[in-house]
Amino acid sequence: MIQLIIFYVFAAIILFAATMVITSRNPVHSALFLVLAFFNSAALWLMAGAEFLGIALVLVYVGAVMVLFLFVVMMLDINLAPLREGFARYLPIGALVGLVMVFEMVLVLGSDQVTLGIAEKASSSGGVENNVRLLGNLLYTVYVYPFEIASVVLLLAIICAIMLTLRRRAGTKHQSVPKQVRVRREDRVRLVRMSAEKSD
Amino acid sequence: MIELSDYLVLGAILFGLGVAGIFLNRKNAIVLLMSIELMLLAVNFNFIAFSHYLNDLQGQVFVFFILTVAAAESAIGLAILVVLFRNRGTINVGDLDSMKG
Repeated sequence: MIQLIIFYVFAAIILFAATMVITSRNPVHSALFLVLAFFNSAALWLMAGAEFLGIALVLVYVGAVMVLFLFVVMMLDINLAPLREGFARYLPIGALVGLVMVFEMVLVLGSDQVTLGIAEKASSSGGVENNVRLLGNLLYTVYVYPFEIASVVLLLAIICAIMLTLRRRAGTKHQSVPKQVRVRREDRVRLVRMSAEKSD
Repeated sequence: MIELSDYLVLGAILFGLGVAGIFLNRKNAIVLLMSIELMLLAVNFNFIAFSHYLNDLQGQVFVFFILTVAAAESAIGLAILVVLFRNRGTINVGDLDSMKG
């Protein structure tokens, strides 16, 4: 019972924060409300037994991605007025589409049809086994190739983000690595033969 | 006790809010990216709920990969946004018509 109350409190905060994300006037406020939504989602994930993912959500999303969002929002000097102009015009259609989708999904998911063998449900809530250990076992054995591919995806993201935003200004001094690599001994070293000076 | 449908309905409402956010803020590219994050969060909720109630960890593995790809996506999206702002001086999606699409 107490779990249900906690669930509803967290769910209400998530939905409020999500509503504020999409209706807030200032993108900085949107980003901060998204942080709130992520925090409460992490709490709900912890309640659902996904401890590792809850912590990872806080670390990766709140700690890295949302900071990136805030950084970009504050770095760009944007004029907010023209970005808001279609808001009232698209409010009815946006709300309509959203409500229709939610209604349809609730119709299917909220009914008693979703009972997929839940009779033997979640005995793991006692917390006997370690979620992190289980997930690590699965991730490093069965899913090791997808795991490697995920790391390649992250590397790709790093390279793409750097290459997109890299800007070479004229007048700055930097090393030319190809030139350094291509240099030969003859270009740099000159052997001089000279007679030794007489010492008096 | 929390039922599976509670999680699923929460995910559905969150996804609907994300879709509505894309409709409402169709001029502001940053809030568009945030709406996409909301929709991904809703999808992750469904995976974790099913993983919990079916007592199967594969759902959590999938959420792990979704988190990875979503982080890469938002990083590249924000990089594109920075380049866009540097070149055009605006992030208004309505102004991005140089390809006459």
